[in-house]
Amino acid sequence: MSLPINAAKLTDAIERRATAGGEGDDGGRPQPGSMLDVLQGFVHELRAAGLPVSMTENLDAMRAVEHVELVDRDTFKSALGATLVKHHHHWRAFETVFDVYFSLYAPGIGGDEADAEAWAEMQAMEGGGAAGDLSPEELAEMLLAALMNGDEDELRRLAAMAVSRYAGMEPGRPVGGTYYLYRTLRQLDLEGLAAQMMGRAREQGDGPPEDDELAERLQREAFDERLKRLREIVEAEIRRRLVADRGVEAMARTLRKPLPEDVDFMHASREEMQALQRAIYPLTRALAARLAQRRKRKNRGHLDFRSTVRHSLSYGGVPAEPKFRHPRPSRPEIMVVADISGSVASFARFTLQFVYAMASQFSKVRSWVFIDGIDEVTRFFQEADDIAEAIGRVNTEADVVWVDGHSDYGHALEVFRERHLTEITPKSSIILLGDARNNYHASQNGIVKELAQRARHVYWLNPEPRGYWDTGDSIVSDYGIYCDGVFECRNLRQLERFVSAIVEG
Amino acid sequence: MAERFSSVPEVIESLRKADYLADTNIGGVVYLADRLEKPVLVEGPAGVGKTELAKAVAEVTGSRLIRLQCYEGLDESKALYEWNYKKQLLRIQADREHETSWADVEADIFSEQFLLTRPLLEAIRAEEPIVLLIDEVDRVEIETEALLLEVLSDFQVSIPELGTIVGAQRPIVILTSNNTRELSEALKRRCLYLHIDYPDLEREKEIVRVRVPEVDEELAGQVAAVVRSIRQLELKKAPSISETIDWARTLLYLGKSEIDPEVISETLHVLLKYQSDITKARKELETSATPTGATAARST
Repeated sequence: MSLPINAAKLTDAIERRATAGGEGDDGGRPQPGSMLDVLQGFVHELRAAGLPVSMTENLDAMRAVEHVELVDRDTFKSALGATLVKHHHHWRAFETVFDVYFSLYAPGIGGDEADAEAWAEMQAMEGGGAAGDLSPEELAEMLLAALMNGDEDELRRLAAMAVSRYAGMEPGRPVGGTYYLYRTLRQLDLEGLAAQMMGRAREQGDGPPEDDELAERLQREAFDERLKRLREIVEAEIRRRLVADRGVEAMARTLRKPLPEDVDFMHASREEMQALQRAIYPLTRALAARLAQRRKRKNRGHLDFRSTVRHSLSYGGVPAEPKFRHPRPSRPEIMVVADISGSVASFARFTLQFVYAMASQFSKVRSWVFIDGIDEVTRFFQEADDIAEAIGRVNTEADVVWVDGHSDYGHALEVFRERHLTEITPKSSIILLGDARNNYHASQNGIVKELAQRARHVYWLNPEPRGYWDTGDSIVSDYGIYCDGVFECRNLRQLERFVSAIVEG
Repeated sequence: MAERFSSVPEVIESLRKADYLADTNIGGVVYLADRLEKPVLVEGPAGVGKTELAKAVAEVTGSRLIRLQCYEGLDESKALYEWNYKKQLLRIQADREHETSWADVEADIFSEQFLLTRPLLEAIRAEEPIVLLIDEVDRVEIETEALLLEVLSDFQVSIPELGTIVGAQRPIVILTSNNTRELSEALKRRCLYLHIDYPDLEREKEIVRVRVPEVDEELAGQVAAVVRSIRQLELKKAPSISETIDWARTLLYLGKSEIDPEVISETLHVLLKYQSDITKARKELETSATPTGATAARST
């Protein structure tokens, strides 16, 4: 297999592509023949967005596109995806960049002649801002019909019209895509459409019977799915026009978002939080597996004399194959002590998720939460069926306020020592989570020292950026000197680093 | 090299004949794997047909499937090759009287007939077309992963005593992972990446139709719709495709031609494997008529 990229073939392919597309407009459209450049720009943008694209992968992508028809957008996308994106949670970032870079190559997403015409037609209309002769009612009616039939091409055409008409896009206007999206969707009234679709289905007689709740639920979900699709189509349409207006690079830059592993726990949106939650689980599993494995791998147990003799029988009594006992697997006990005060509230939520995920992996995880008082919450995690319930109970039932509900690490640690010091054994690992903002109370850091002497390890995870440590009332270093490690832990990447550090260290 | 497929649609078409319904993405990646001669790393939730894909590819290309099931503690003696230690000992013992020189004995006991081939070596030495499936690769330790690298990038194995054995042909190699841990970058770099997710409604319906042909179209549609609905709940373990198929079969055996909440409630244990999930889903589906409009559309 030849590794060098056949540029001529690529150029040829792109020219074929351009003639197949067949539309005259070229506002910001990359010139035919520059496919190699476009791909390089694309890879560059992926890297800028944080995706780790190596040289090999880059070359693979170049080779891969030689084998696919560029006209076939889906295949083209899957070829690039398979070679460049090796993490599932990077897929969204990839899709965004892909849409930006290749939106101008595809009039409709399918890219056949009819779409090309529609595109040209739409271009013509764009200047005037009027969508042909259709009245808003007609447009709404057609949209409803298309939604009912689930006709994608029609939806795309109508979405384009709706964007021309409602979004009020003007070249060079410094407004984000969200604004246009909002304007368009407000006019389309998705919620109203959902209700109308349900009504229409019933009129046509193929809707669910009045009293059948299940069927109604299923039908509604099906419609919701289509509306979601419509939303995506509108979004893609707006994005495409913005790209045409502002150019590929600028657009890609504005759309750049942190990858899931770089999302800050403290400022994660709800959606991002859900994604994080899913990502935590494998991490704790890895932690569990590695911690349990370490001893197993490190040392074989003592010689098992009985088994050795037994096996020597197959070699005529020569003990040729010494047998060893399996060492007992270690059962690490993990104690998590987490600050859940207001200053780290969103981190605390994440912390609890982490604890919950760990509890399902390790046989012995005990957890405490504190503000200025401290309470053991292990039972909530053991009893609860799902994470939301566990967190709810922690927030409502745990007794963590002692005086005024402002963090007091000193007091919390003191109570912790009083109640549990004797339970800490050389098998226990203690993980403390918090920003160590102690509201100028006494630090009582001697307690951490005491804990560290008894326990196998003490780690501190701090959700604040390192630059803020020890500023104001933060006294993380006072505690840190007694810990086996203090880690900045603001996103998944850092959490992963912590996990691998303790597993290897 | 003989190219196994000539186009993406052909891949999809022929996989279909093996009762495997691939979407464009799956088809595209399999096609590329063939053309670029690269292994494919398939990830996705349990039970979406990752292993099935390998089997189907083997079937349509008329290849033998060689499978390496990974587990924690897998090492090279189980994955690559092992010297037949007992046989070597016997050989040495049998030789005592003849006083053969040590060099001869050594050359003899480290020859092919004392070599036990394990799946990877077997795949490399195979003469006939094969598909190599390395299943659940995320279960081996990171250190063991390195074992696979030579095989994956060059399709060869180095055995110190015998030298490097290079594969006669480039088979399609499929690795699956349930994503219980991140695989190393080195491994990922050598593979094409394919993420298979739960199928959309239409595809799932078709899958049910193909796998359980006795089910009529309407029931299949209902099955797919209910399963999709259940997957949207927050569960410990969402129903997989294989469970969907099992459920369709169950309904068939029970002689149900239509789904109502009662039937679901009775047979939910086929789809869900945690008591808490079952309770939750049952509660949800029974009190399902909350009259809100485009919830999904709004929340995105």
